[in-house]
Amino acid sequence: MTAAFPAAIPHAAPRRDARARRMIRRGLAFAAPAAVLLVVIYLLPLVMLAGFSVTDYQLGALRWSFVGLKNFAAAFRDPVFLRALGNTALYAAIVIPCGIFLSLGAALLVHGTRRSRALWEIAYFLPVTATLVAMATVWQFLLHPTLGPVNAAITWLGAAPVSFLGTPALLIPTLALIGTWQIIGFNMVLFLAGLTAIPKDLTEAARLDGARHPVDRFLTVTWPMLGPTTMFVAVTTSISAFKVFETVAVLTKGRAGSETLLYALYLEGFDYSNTGYAAALTLIFLAIVLVLSIGQTLHLEKKVHY
Amino acid sequence: MSALSPRRWLPHLVLGLGALVMLLPFYWMILTAIRSPSEIFDISLWPVPKHFAGIENFTQAATSVPMARFMLNGVIVCGGILIVQVLTAVPAAYALAKLRFPGRRLMLSLVIAALCVPMQALALPLFVGLAKAQLLNTYFAMMAPFLLSVFAIFLFHQSFRSYPDEIIEAARLDGFSELEICWRLVLRGSLPSLAAFAVFSVVAHWNDLYWPMIVVTRTELAPPPLGMLFFSDAETGANYGALMAGATLITAPIVLCFLAARKQFVAGITMTGVK
Repeated sequence: MTAAFPAAIPHAAPRRDARARRMIRRGLAFAAPAAVLLVVIYLLPLVMLAGFSVTDYQLGALRWSFVGLKNFAAAFRDPVFLRALGNTALYAAIVIPCGIFLSLGAALLVHGTRRSRALWEIAYFLPVTATLVAMATVWQFLLHPTLGPVNAAITWLGAAPVSFLGTPALLIPTLALIGTWQIIGFNMVLFLAGLTAIPKDLTEAARLDGARHPVDRFLTVTWPMLGPTTMFVAVTTSISAFKVFETVAVLTKGRAGSETLLYALYLEGFDYSNTGYAAALTLIFLAIVLVLSIGQTLHLEKKVHY
Repeated sequence: MSALSPRRWLPHLVLGLGALVMLLPFYWMILTAIRSPSEIFDISLWPVPKHFAGIENFTQAATSVPMARFMLNGVIVCGGILIVQVLTAVPAAYALAKLRFPGRRLMLSLVIAALCVPMQALALPLFVGLAKAQLLNTYFAMMAPFLLSVFAIFLFHQSFRSYPDEIIEAARLDGFSELEICWRLVLRGSLPSLAAFAVFSVVAHWNDLYWPMIVVTRTELAPPPLGMLFFSDAETGANYGALMAGATLITAPIVLCFLAARKQFVAGITMTGVK
């Protein structure tokens, strides 16, 4: 990492000492603001979080006591939290495969086009940039049972209109539909970068070796070469799926048992001010995200060396 | 292959149908924003409204809630965050990449570890701290958790490392101060990274709802997404035209920037895995 470093330090001994000291002072001065913020924004809050999680502290309360791991035990008996966990898992179970395979399909098709590539990239990436809160409001209107074009199309096809946001069983799948809509462009761009990195010779060699059909070439060359990209996309998609919040806050507000992990956490911590209990829930949320991101780092390191 | 061969047109057909689904919400949003309330019940996708009500709808969106204020709040918060992030991350990244000081390795490991910690995990203790300091409902509270971007430090560190040491050494001999070397020489070599980071930061904070929802309860301080939430709660079903006009106003700045600088945008948003 610092292989080029000795060259930056001159050889005369007394001057080197003075210069090295000056270098250290400058290094510390340059890093100090960021280091202080790192402690105040990351380290202290994490310590406080761990501290809160073993107390029954409520914001504004004058008295609190140590309760050990009771908050964690309570979490796994709390029907609301378990429901939020289940809802988030269901949401992820829809968004992860749809978000990966639809974007992979789109990327493969876009990769094959030449002149129209920019156009497709704009069309599919637009939802990524748009403010999700505003777009959730638009989706609410699009899916409206009587005023929305989606139900107009369903009725026109001869089926009964579907109340997407009025039927409890459909709430999470509907949110997942919007989540997929938003993430496809993001994943597609990552897949396109992966596809561009595959050497053309490899595809050509596979063709000469008898993989005549594009599907054969996809299975023998493209799919294995996309391994690291797919892994990365899978992890980022699952992390964003576990962080679903905006659509819940706008469209359901947790009604009819549609809380997700972050929404339940938001209610406990900031609406009901159950700081201690919310801290325990936050640590569970953090553990899930960390397991996913550690999996990402390990897999990436393993897969990078072919 | 002839132009009529299915291999030629089939991908475009599939992509086109997909694009229709992706763009339908944007189309519907703008269409409703220029329609009069009576036409909303027609549910037609025909682009030309019988009566152009865009002016009424946008006026109502801008007057029934302080929409201009929301946008201004968004600009203040995003601008403030970006400036402080760059001011703190660039020197730190330069020190980590090019200077030797005790604790350098520890700090680098902490930065990389912090990359895995989502903001939502820090929200609770930061909220308690800000509440105790009586700082809730301030611009500072909205910016506080984001004043340091470990992602920026990591990104600039990667980019600064490849800057030649010989040039830095020559500049020192020429009497350049370390600050000048950091900001005027090394950063200039990493302008694409800076541009991509700026895009990433502004888009993330313009669109963020979670943190503003926690620390802001006063309407006049709300950034665009929180303002939109207040607006849609207040207007439920009453006037879809104005609601969609509001959504258009909030979405427009970022979407227009995306259309103007597509390459930098895509680079900025996708270089981080975790949004």
